[in-house]
Amino acid sequence: MGLSTTRFGVFNPEKPHENRITDIGPRHFWEFFPPVIQRNYGKWLYHEILEPGVLVHVSETGEKVYTVRVGGMRTMSVAFVREICDIADKYCDGYVRFTTRNNIEFMVDSEEKLEALKKELASRKFYSGSYKFPIGGTGCSVSNIVHTQGYVHCHTPATDASSMVKALMDELFDYFQSMTLPAKVRIAVACCLNMCGAVHCSDIAMVGIHRKPPAIDTEYVAKLCEIPTVIASCPLGAISPATTPDGKKTVKIREDRCMFCGNCYTMCPALPIADKEGDGVAIVAGGKVSNRISPPKFSKVVVAYLPNNFPRFPEVCQTVKKILETYAKHARKYERLGDWAERIGWEKFFELCELPFTYHLLDDYRLALDTYRTSTQFRFTEAAWEVSKAARGI
Amino acid sequence: MFKPKVPQKEIKYEELRIYTDEELRNPTDEEMKNFKIKHDIPLLEQLESGPWPSFVADLKVEAWRRRKLADDRMMIPRDVVEDLLGQVELSFVHGETHWKHGGIVGVIGYGGGVIGRYSDLPDKFPGIAHFHTIRVNQPASKFYKTDFLRAICDLWEFRGSGIMNLHGSTGDLIFLGTTTEQLEPIFQEMAHHLSQDLGGSGSNLRTPECCVGRARCEYACYDTQDVCYELTMHFQDELHRPAFPYKFKFKFSGCPNDCVASVARADLSVIGIWRDKIRIDQDAVRAYIKGDLIPNAGAHRGRDWGKFDIQKEVIDLCPTKCMRLEGEELYIDDENCVRCMHCINVMPRALRPGTDTGACVMVGGKAPILEGAQLSMVLVPFMKLEPPYDNLKELIEKIWEVWMEEGKNRERLGELIQRMGLWRFLDAIGLPPAPQMVWAPRANPYIFWKEEDVPGGFKRDINDYRSRHAR
Ligand code: HEM
Ligand code: SF4
Ligand code: SF4
Ligand code: SF4
Ligand code: SF4
Repeated sequence: MGLSTTRFGVFNPEKPHENRITDIGPRHFWEFFPPVIQRNYGKWLYHEILEPGVLVHVSETGEKVYTVRVGGMRTMSVAFVREICDIADKYCDGYVRFTTRNNIEFMVDSEEKLEALKKELASRKFYSGSYKFPIGGTGCSVSNIVHTQGYVHCHTPATDASSMVKALMDELFDYFQSMTLPAKVRIAVACCLNMCGAVHCSDIAMVGIHRKPPAIDTEYVAKLCEIPTVIASCPLGAISPATTPDGKKTVKIREDRCMFCGNCYTMCPALPIADKEGDGVAIVAGGKVSNRISPPKFSKVVVAYLPNNFPRFPEVCQTVKKILETYAKHARKYERLGDWAERIGWEKFFELCELPFTYHLLDDYRLALDTYRTSTQFRFTEAAWEVSKAARGI
Repeated sequence: MFKPKVPQKEIKYEELRIYTDEELRNPTDEEMKNFKIKHDIPLLEQLESGPWPSFVADLKVEAWRRRKLADDRMMIPRDVVEDLLGQVELSFVHGETHWKHGGIVGVIGYGGGVIGRYSDLPDKFPGIAHFHTIRVNQPASKFYKTDFLRAICDLWEFRGSGIMNLHGSTGDLIFLGTTTEQLEPIFQEMAHHLSQDLGGSGSNLRTPECCVGRARCEYACYDTQDVCYELTMHFQDELHRPAFPYKFKFKFSGCPNDCVASVARADLSVIGIWRDKIRIDQDAVRAYIKGDLIPNAGAHRGRDWGKFDIQKEVIDLCPTKCMRLEGEELYIDDENCVRCMHCINVMPRALRPGTDTGACVMVGGKAPILEGAQLSMVLVPFMKLEPPYDNLKELIEKIWEVWMEEGKNRERLGELIQRMGLWRFLDAIGLPPAPQMVWAPRANPYIFWKEEDVPGGFKRDINDYRSRHAR
């Protein structure tokens, strides 16, 4: 029996509890593995990256599997997914895989198939000229940018994600298709401080930020929200109860305490925080999740604000490119961006990347003291002389 | 080799399909160049050019396809994609999103899996007046058979917008945009025809996710797919019927490279490690030194970094300096190896993780909202993971018990641990403390002694004190 083509399909709105199937979980993974993967499950010996985007894994059984990794849009239409299926049917016996970073992986078991597959992928383009299946993203490259939903689907964004990613990847395309960096560089975009992905531990990440306290929809606060919940939602205790002159219950916000996190809006739609002038992008850098050489670490804020310049975000693209290229030029082989910044000192990082160090970058949130330097071990940069001069030290 | 825990329908697209080949035809480039959607979108159209795949071009193709379908071949508005593009364009102009705040919708009996979404300009963009998200529980490691994907595409074109995410940040396959009326039909069509369930959302267990693991990685120290599937199935109730203070995420990485970023985004991060010795093939070590094998599996191929230098590139970069070369033999002082994976990553043909493998279980990772970002911290340094993984299940249940008892509304596990202090949390789940849990012991001696630690307890007799000390 095929998928239903009636309005309600197998669901009967008259008897909603009839024939219900629930709690069956995902499809089991095993039958979705290509036969070569099934045969060599747990038997892989080693792998090699043959060229950007192309991997070979060799099994102790002697079998090999070649993988071609292509960058994907995270948001894709069914028309596009069907095209992925066409390719997978033609070359990969009908199997395909997606990665955590929204790349698409096509696997074949022979070199002949590999060449044909690569040709086909590189040849497919949109009517407007963009690649559909750019090959790359392995090894010491910039892999696909993981991102969140932005204006396409979320109610709290301070910037847009899909457009920023498209603009950035166009700009960094050469780094996606080559492996010339000292180590891998993982870039991410989150459209608000919720950070639905792991952007707080990326080599470079963009985060949408608000800069104005929420507007208060006084007429509606009490109607739409529970006031105690709203007050409790603020991590900074900036919200307190208030009453309008005509006796309506509402809230007031201590603006000097608000850090623009948007948490109160999440709890209460009568406190909208989005604002064209207020909203923009912060850049954080130097984070990682892998344990390789150094432990996982958070990214640090290196640019507090850049404007939302839709749709191509020129300021964001230029800044990211500058950071990336400075890193590529100065870091040692195997050194992740954060490890490089720590070795040369963050003060040098700011100087080399030509990023201004503003008061916004001094932490004043919880545990901020941990980030204050309590040593005379530092490098001199222009910024140091500015302070010395201001204090009439020199 | 593995068996599903519930019967799975075999999927044959030809038997399931809704649309004919003619209906699925994509436009030619010529047709697309002459195609105008109903709104003017000059800003978005700037994103059609450039080498990176253009989501705008892709969505326009879908908009074209929906124009061609007959009225009874789609259950939600024809204009859904065009209106979406129109609204995103207007969001660019306004610098503000046009999705309304929240909205509670779902399927019967489930507390999650569907996220309500409504346009705040329904008159202008009627096609997306309702535009709810459905989270679909992706198969472990995100391998697919095209029969399944094509069936999903037909279902979603017929009953939804035809736009999806492969995949969302939590790992699910995501359907973007349908009406309230179609939620139940989509859910039941999937269950009946595709043996496929929804994922988690809201204050419940979120869809667990794992790395590619043993399917195609030589580093995996345990069966990430099997654990992920087993635990997803075991905790279906927690996944679908929220009883938690807030969200809870499991993520499974097979080794310390942590390809699913579990340490940064899971309340429970399970990271594969070994406790015996790194396996060394000395012949391969020599081959690397001689230059017969390419280091770092070829990841540095794009630039001339000079000849491979094992001393500089491996031994000196080892974080604990526990390696040395004697002649051309490599020695590792495994007691001091902290399993950072660097040497193995550089010389995958010479070095392999040990054979006595399991996982380090870490807890508390999360993104910034509310109390700031946290990385997961070590809870159980080593745990053997063999089916049916009862030890891990029991640990999780104990953790949940404490969190549900002590946690405040919207308090993630990491925040609770911060508020309770790690030792109270350990006490509550019955685990002893260990130096592996911290970078260093505390610097301040403001220790909260327990009454039973101190002879005589806390009760003091002031008169007894005064018998020795005048007022
Ligand atoms: C947590 C443990 C400690 C506490 C609570 C503590 C507390 C204090 C306090 C309150 C003072 C100021 C006294 C005053 O000027 O009226 C002080 C001064 C001092 N403490 Fe400590 N202290 C601690 C540990 C130490 C240690 C470990 C050392 C030595 C290495 C140390 C060395 C000093 C010295 C040299 C001064 C005099 C500083 C000055 O006069 O400028 N303290 N301490
Ligand atoms: S990061 Fe924020 S704006 Fe973006 S999808 Fe997540 S919650 Fe929405
Ligand atoms: S935006 Fe955040 S800090 Fe500001 S009032 Fe709302 S909850 Fe408090
Ligand atoms: S986390 Fe480790 S085992 Fe899993 S895919 Fe990555 S490298 Fe392989
Ligand atoms: S895994 Fe890391 S710590 Fe262990 S020997 Fe290799 S480089 Fe050193």
